[in-house]
Amino acid sequence: MMKLVVGTEAMFFICLILAFVYMAYNAGFEPHEVEALDVKTTGIFTVILIASSFTFLLAEKNYQKGKIKSLKFWLIITILFGAIFLIGQGEEYWRLINDHITLSSSVFGTSFYALTGFHGFHVFAGIIILLIILTMVFLGDFNHSNSNVISTVGIYWHFVDIVWIAVFTVVYVLPLFTNV
Amino acid sequence: MSETIYIPEPSTSFPGVGVSTDQGLLQWISSVDHKMIGIMYLLLALLFFLIGGVEALLMRIQLAAPVNHFLSPEAYDQIFTMHGTTMIFLVAMPAVFGFAVYFTPLMIGANEMAFPRLNSFSLWITFFGGLLLYFSFVAGGGPDAGWFNYAPLNEKNYSSSNGIDYYAMGLLLSGIGSVTTSINLIVTVLHYRVKGMKLNQLPLFVWMVFVNSFLLIAAFPSLNAALAMLLLDRQFHAHFFNTTNGGSALLWQHLFWIFGHPEVYIVILPPFGILSEVFPVFSRKPIFGYAFVAASSVAIALLAFGVWAHHMFAVGMGNTVDAFFSASSMLIGIPTGVKIFNWLATMYGGKIRFTVSMLFAVAFLIEFTIGGLTGIAFSIVPIDWQLTDTYYVVAHLHYVFIGGTIFGLLAGLFYWFPKMTGKMLDEKLGRWFFWLFIIGFNATFLVQHLLGILGMPRRVFTYPNLPWYGVLNMISTIGAFIMGGSVLLLLYMVFKSIRSGKDAGKDPWDGVTLEWLTTSPPQLKNFDEVPVVQGSRPLWNWKHPDNADQ
Repeated sequence: MMKLVVGTEAMFFICLILAFVYMAYNAGFEPHEVEALDVKTTGIFTVILIASSFTFLLAEKNYQKGKIKSLKFWLIITILFGAIFLIGQGEEYWRLINDHITLSSSVFGTSFYALTGFHGFHVFAGIIILLIILTMVFLGDFNHSNSNVISTVGIYWHFVDIVWIAVFTVVYVLPLFTNV
Repeated sequence: MSETIYIPEPSTSFPGVGVSTDQGLLQWISSVDHKMIGIMYLLLALLFFLIGGVEALLMRIQLAAPVNHFLSPEAYDQIFTMHGTTMIFLVAMPAVFGFAVYFTPLMIGANEMAFPRLNSFSLWITFFGGLLLYFSFVAGGGPDAGWFNYAPLNEKNYSSSNGIDYYAMGLLLSGIGSVTTSINLIVTVLHYRVKGMKLNQLPLFVWMVFVNSFLLIAAFPSLNAALAMLLLDRQFHAHFFNTTNGGSALLWQHLFWIFGHPEVYIVILPPFGILSEVFPVFSRKPIFGYAFVAASSVAIALLAFGVWAHHMFAVGMGNTVDAFFSASSMLIGIPTGVKIFNWLATMYGGKIRFTVSMLFAVAFLIEFTIGGLTGIAFSIVPIDWQLTDTYYVVAHLHYVFIGGTIFGLLAGLFYWFPKMTGKMLDEKLGRWFFWLFIIGFNATFLVQHLLGILGMPRRVFTYPNLPWYGVLNMISTIGAFIMGGSVLLLLYMVFKSIRSGKDAGKDPWDGVTLEWLTTSPPQLKNFDEVPVVQGSRPLWNWKHPDNADQ
């Protein structure tokens, strides 16, 4: 079921990415707006988000082995990494808004905030889900039963990371190589 | 074939819940039973069908005579927008889901959907999405940019009331309901089929619902993304579709039709499935070419994503793009034609019983083919340029939606009503209803082809007194009222049947699929046991062990 959810979500993000690309070629972004993006800083936060996928894998592995303590540890690390990513995104938004690049300033702002904002919202939702699971782990709900909840949530969490790789590539990296 | 399989109640879905069957309205509101939810979906569709029908009649009164002032232009814009939006999102889709949710578990020998509570959630969020859409009328004015809501007309500076915000919110909510139902249906078909039923033995209705669900979860995100962007534009001054600030009106058209054309198939594939059940049963023959009917559905679902821009020939996309979408649109006629020939071949040489259900199925073949042929005409770019945004389009789409979707749904209603209520619908009154509906429908829309060729534009609240305009529009209005009257007759028939109809028994039509095995209406637990499935007609095999399909 989660695979179907992720499938329909993937179509949603494809539409948003297409809208971003469409805007880039249609009306054209102004160069200073694209240059306002800081590829290096966001790159670091990107690495942290990708790392959270691997820490989640470790959490899942430990759960399968019945090591609840390691499960707790890696879950907390995953949530922390997710939160750091969101803080990074907030910091970036803050900087851009101070540069007068907002949702309503231009088509670049419009498509940039819509795309990254919806992704950030998905990370946020993922963190909430992980917090619920963490609480349940501490309450002992995952001590014995061989539940598939964690691997199901994992599909979602990995999906959010993969979407970010696509978004990062299109929004931050490709403009470095093209003259949009 | 006395071998049977025990079907366990999915008790883990309802831990510790006892069932009391006499709780009145509360039982309906709180129900997670797929049969009650299916019936509520159908009632929801009926409610909005009546509202959408009244809107249609208001338009026809306004258009009955030239230079009429029954409705103001502003009111007319809101009414045609709401008529289209209602009929697509709040009638066709809930009706399709009603049959899908009710009969998918029954036809595959399951006792419930995979996620009963999600099922209930889907129904109610669709319902509240519809309420939100209609709330716009009391909140300052309904949406008024047409059901496909083109940019920049949907922007704040062209439509300043909150109608379009309600449109976006209402469709987002009901869209979420549609996606969750589809996911639910896919998981149900994959995991809850009775043991031994292979995917290539699914009843064709279930197969088409299954394929359709994939189509839906791939198509709806595009609409949702477009609606989210529209809300950002309208509420937070973003510039997606706002051409004065560098946005693109065409982006809306692309996103909407990437959803919108598959949507047309979303509301036609399940009725195709219903017909694929109705034709064999009332012809007393197995379906002709099961594999072709099944495979052509997959072909339609895939091709549906490659034809969206044929709604946009008039925007000037260039010859290459036009030629591509013209060719792909003609291509999609092929799998549809394959189905029509399969149904004809199913009837050929059969012992046909012309019940009301079968009458609608046969009428479907004729009316839907008319709609299909005008559709093929539209895929030829110069014809589209000439006729786009005229009443020819209105005629075409109503032949597809009414002659296709509604006729299929009505065939399904007359076929399955005995199963859902335990009572037969009056066949004699049913014939009256059938003929009134057919006459009214064709009187309304056949003449609109002519009006379109004469050049009458759609979506304009009135027209000048040109030769033929007045007469043809009057015929159309009279036809619409005949249709309206026939719907009242249908309501009376349903009411009468539930009060004092003939008992249907388990299997009034001598059916061949599993839903006819259980009582009418089925108990809360559909089946205790189900015969081992071998072939696509399990009940036929069970009744005729000496002449079973292999």
